[in-house]
Amino acid sequence: MSNLPDDYLTYSNRALGMDHDRYTWSQLHERPNVTWPNGARVALWVVTQLQWFPMDMKPGVPVPGGSVRPYPDYWNYTLRDYGNRIGVYRIFKVLDKLGINASVAINSALAERHPFLIEQINQRGWEVIANGLDMGHPLHSGMDEAEEAALIKGVLDSLRNLSGQPVRGWLSPIRSESFNTPDLAAANGIDYLCDWMNDDMPYAFETKSGTIHNMPHTTELDDQQILINLRHTEQEYVDQLKDQFDCLYAESEKYGGRVMAINLNPWVTGQAYRIKALEKALSYITGHDGVWSATGADILDAFKAQA
Amino acid sequence: MLREPELYDYSPMCDRPKITWPNGARVAFWVAPNVEYYEYDPPQNESRRPWPKPHPDVVPYSHRDYGNRAGFFRMMETMAKYGVRGSVSLNVAICQHHPELIKACNDLDWELFSHGIYNTRFTYNMTKDQERTMMEDVISTIMDASGQKVDGWLAPSLTYTTNTFELLAEFGIQYTCDLFHDDQPQPVNTKSGRLISVPYSLEMNDTVVLSMMGKSSRHYTDILKANFDQLYEEGAENGQVMCIPLHPFLIGQPHRIGNFAEVLDYITGHDDVWVTTGREIAAHYYEHHYDNVVASLTASRNARGGL
Repeated sequence: MSNLPDDYLTYSNRALGMDHDRYTWSQLHERPNVTWPNGARVALWVVTQLQWFPMDMKPGVPVPGGSVRPYPDYWNYTLRDYGNRIGVYRIFKVLDKLGINASVAINSALAERHPFLIEQINQRGWEVIANGLDMGHPLHSGMDEAEEAALIKGVLDSLRNLSGQPVRGWLSPIRSESFNTPDLAAANGIDYLCDWMNDDMPYAFETKSGTIHNMPHTTELDDQQILINLRHTEQEYVDQLKDQFDCLYAESEKYGGRVMAINLNPWVTGQAYRIKALEKALSYITGHDGVWSATGADILDAFKAQA
Repeated sequence: MLREPELYDYSPMCDRPKITWPNGARVAFWVAPNVEYYEYDPPQNESRRPWPKPHPDVVPYSHRDYGNRAGFFRMMETMAKYGVRGSVSLNVAICQHHPELIKACNDLDWELFSHGIYNTRFTYNMTKDQERTMMEDVISTIMDASGQKVDGWLAPSLTYTTNTFELLAEFGIQYTCDLFHDDQPQPVNTKSGRLISVPYSLEMNDTVVLSMMGKSSRHYTDILKANFDQLYEEGAENGQVMCIPLHPFLIGQPHRIGNFAEVLDYITGHDDVWVTTGREIAAHYYEHHYDNVVASLTASRNARGGL
């Protein structure tokens, strides 16, 4: 093993604020209060992820939920595919029943395979968020910039064409970014990112193509994280969603409107034995006065109007 | 490498033909015990090691052997109490090693279907001829030992080649348990003949839930009941299938068998449940639904331009 170079003990970004220029340092509780439409206290942002895990995945970074068995891995492929055939419609039924206005983050390759899914989203007036190409193509710094640029442009062209929507939001597969991802997304007309999980509110995010925003969208409440990775029970999942809501709802009295994002994977929460847990949690939340169920773009626009 | 299995068409649960079961049942319920033999000193397969440790790997070997010595009879007695016949996913070398188990299954009119020769002999890297030889061996071994024709298939240890499904159709196998994309039987696209998938469910599998996910026996009970409740509700609109795949070395443990009995008591206590076997589900589906579903899928495919 060789010794470290001398500059290992040099700290070139050691200064007030962040060690990069993407956003400014700001504490949540010191910001001006935000008011949501009709005086709502919490903007509820439900995001269903529709993803395709191809059998020949060779991602440059590990992909949770991807194949862990030798090829041909019908096990993992078909279990994920269950979500897009069965689970998603259980989730949509619950959202319909509760009158929830939602966003759907979708891989463009899946939308191309099954345009029926886009029709289902559009019929409900829901928002399409771009979730990359497929789960075999996470973005990362090992990628050539031109390759990443072409991938992002291709994804957005495809989803805009299929959905007829402007597609303003970007969620990277497994939230994995290269250093260039925000610039490339913004250059292709993206208004907001969902990858960074460092806040409870939208905040301004700097790119080479100007200021966009990052929306609060976290793995803390992600069903895959709670139920699969952490192996909590369905009841614990319900409790966590309710606890998160209770805290944000209470805080909103003093600090103004808050955002609660819930990320759903149909192959997880769309299982027959889990769907009632989701319904229970969402019923609790939407049963409160002052809950505004909205898409990411709606929330961002209301936020920007006050910034 | 294939990007996708190329074995089935997209068919959203909210837009497909209605399936019915005998006597207007909402759910076809079947239990599939895996009666397995793991070898003490199996040969290696390049794609996967048979045991985690150098042979002999006494702890997992003896844990599984417990299933055949102690757990099997306990599980069988419990199922018989609730009038549930098993559909056995059989490592057919059991016919040579433990013919007592085969006789016990036949005496109770249980179905025997294929789970390969040994659970330590993987399909990975077999030539087409080798896989054919294995299939011929399975079919003749079960016939010789029990007089039963093999109608169902679950690949040994869920290991495959891309020839597997084509060969199953070639050998006249009626149904496969190897696809986890659906809660209803689905046609499998093969060139050589008819094949369908019958839902077997890894999500309900004791190995997945109790061992891989590390859930408690009581949580497993909750999962099984909740899954049944949801499918029973949905089955009022369109018939569903629920399978409980088991392993006697897990479910047949004294500390778990009571929980399993509770689940069987709960499920068989409902009126509109068809307590059945994999073979009977497949036969009913072929007789009443297969042609109609294939016609519907073909029409959808043509409407999409042949994709």
